[in-house]
Amino acid sequence: MAKITYREALNQAMCNEMERDDRVFLMGEEVAEYNGAYKVSQGMLDRFGPRRVIDTPITELGFAGLGVGASMAGLRPIIEFMTWNFAILAMDQIVNAAAKMKYMTGGQYSCPMVFRGAGGAAARVSSQHSQALENWYANIPGLKVVMPSNPADAKGLLAASIRDNDTVIFIENEINYGDVAEVPEGEYIVPLGKADVKRAGSDVTLVAHSRMTGYALAAAEELARQGIDAEVIDPRTIRPLDEATILTSVAKTNRAVVIEEGWRFAGIGAEISARIMEKGFDDLDAPVARVTGKDVPMPYAANLETLALPSVAEIVEAARAVCNRN
Amino acid sequence: MNFYLIRIVRKMIAIISHWLLPGYGCGIIRRLSFPNGGAMVAKQKQVKAKGLTHEGRNYSVETLHKMHDMMLYIRRFEEKAGQMYGLKKIGGFCHLCNGQEAICVGMEEAAEPTDYMMTSYRDHGHILARGSDPTAVMAELLGRAGGIVGGKGGSMHMFDIEKNFAGGNGIVGEQVPIGIGFGFASKYRDDKRVSITIMGDGGINQGAVYESFNMAALWKLPVVFVIENNQYAMGTSISRASAETHLFKRGISFKVPGMQVDGMDVLEVERKMSEALEHARSGEGPIIVEMMTYRYRGHSMSDPATYRTRGEVDEWRSGRDPIARLQKQMVDAGLMTEEAFKQKDKEIKKEVASVAKAAEAQPEPDPSALWDDIITDEIPGAYPYPRQVG
Repeated sequence: MAKITYREALNQAMCNEMERDDRVFLMGEEVAEYNGAYKVSQGMLDRFGPRRVIDTPITELGFAGLGVGASMAGLRPIIEFMTWNFAILAMDQIVNAAAKMKYMTGGQYSCPMVFRGAGGAAARVSSQHSQALENWYANIPGLKVVMPSNPADAKGLLAASIRDNDTVIFIENEINYGDVAEVPEGEYIVPLGKADVKRAGSDVTLVAHSRMTGYALAAAEELARQGIDAEVIDPRTIRPLDEATILTSVAKTNRAVVIEEGWRFAGIGAEISARIMEKGFDDLDAPVARVTGKDVPMPYAANLETLALPSVAEIVEAARAVCNRN
Repeated sequence: MNFYLIRIVRKMIAIISHWLLPGYGCGIIRRLSFPNGGAMVAKQKQVKAKGLTHEGRNYSVETLHKMHDMMLYIRRFEEKAGQMYGLKKIGGFCHLCNGQEAICVGMEEAAEPTDYMMTSYRDHGHILARGSDPTAVMAELLGRAGGIVGGKGGSMHMFDIEKNFAGGNGIVGEQVPIGIGFGFASKYRDDKRVSITIMGDGGINQGAVYESFNMAALWKLPVVFVIENNQYAMGTSISRASAETHLFKRGISFKVPGMQVDGMDVLEVERKMSEALEHARSGEGPIIVEMMTYRYRGHSMSDPATYRTRGEVDEWRSGRDPIARLQKQMVDAGLMTEEAFKQKDKEIKKEVASVAKAAEAQPEPDPSALWDDIITDEIPGAYPYPRQVG
């Protein structure tokens, strides 16, 4: 297996799917001639031409809606948002059109398409360019929400998302784009709705997605040094959620910490901890703990930014607390 | 290629008939006999004129009757809907298009059945003109199982994929980016289908519309942007909402040409819409068609429309009504009598009543339909679980 970056893995998935299916096209800001704001679409214009790799004006609501219409007409759009912060401008098309189209038309029309781009906190870009909003989309029937935490998953999940017949919200992480890891070559599919046990352990379950998966794995290493054997689960698909993998783990460890970069109130961690309470209450030896972003807009100053985000130390501390080690 | 062939044949017929019938439509009244007209016969110049000519375009008697009957059908259908709303049989929001029928019908006459069409929530007239099943449309209004979208959408969300009718969109202006998406797909596949993207004088002020104008022009997408200017965005008159009230000019910054059309004249709508469709289909990019019209009813059923004077409504209603206008043209040309039109109206009212009765007799959707058609690829074992609460 070749070692490639997270961004190259995404590029491979898109290229493979575009080779396979002429209905698939990529549209977004700077995706073609600039080769992608984050170079995810590097070389795609040269390979597929301007019919299928299309630079747009800065007009998120407009091209999101164009994608919705094109998908209703039978194409398979990949609509790139340079970052998910800008997708807020396109919420009407995502929430009121794409998510509801199949239901509202009695199954006549549907929107098989992928909205993708960088989400989560970036580095030193302040409040408007650093936020995790996956809970907004995860709340909505009709959408699937997918968030890969490493290069192999990025490739396999994006290919699965492009083939999926529903609207997929595919949230990448800007900080992860340069991560290098082994990625299967050729066609590689990771099915949607399946969590992955990233590290097996017996004392506490750490549930984390996207960039926080790496934090949870780092915390697990530290916990191991302190004599606590943590299991790390990456849901990979936020909606629908593979809760069985989480519940099976909690049945084994009896303790859980849910980690997310986003805000605590009504976040993904709130949903996951509620499900553990609803379905795995008898397995719990301690209340589920949450480690989340602080309830503040992201500040610019380096020290404040670090404070606003979850840290490995906070995860270690929360895990120790649920294991009664503090 | 089929579209082109059909167009060429149509054009040839129009040219030949115009050539064979010199002077026709230039004020010479011809009275001819037709099975459904019963008018007196007055053969002039021994030419069997068939239909009407408007600005050089010939409309056969069959076409005129088809257009008239559909306009009248829509009018009576909407009246029936209003009545059933009053009886609380139709719920929620219900926006009627009385007065705007010439736009629905004239556009449809100009369009190919394969052209895409999408509009806002004032959609009953358009979907009926496209040829969808009226019983299914009425059943949708009544929230019945046999509704055109299975009772999931109601008045605002009429869709018919078989007729290439993509809504029925409830958020003002939302359908406009979607419309250029259909145009994009058409260009992508090079299948010469035009996307007829309809909005109102309210929708035109949404930002999404200008984003769409820009992209459609930039990429020369086959889109006809139709603005149904009925003078009021809900209760706000156009002069209170728009700095530039000539809405056909709104594309100037994007190099999108525009034209203004008397939307109360079905023949004029057909003629101008044909030009616009030709423009879009030939690869020249989008075009704006502003249809000047008026809605006789309030914005929705809950709107008494006190912001308008009775005089203003009457001026449009009795002076410019599209159905009365075509009837007069046909009577004047001896194609039909007033009496026959009255008879036709009775038949249509009866038909609409029977449609309403059939729709009302349908059951409500099965409770299991609550869970249908949310997603296509369900993932067993992943939460939220398909078809269950928790």
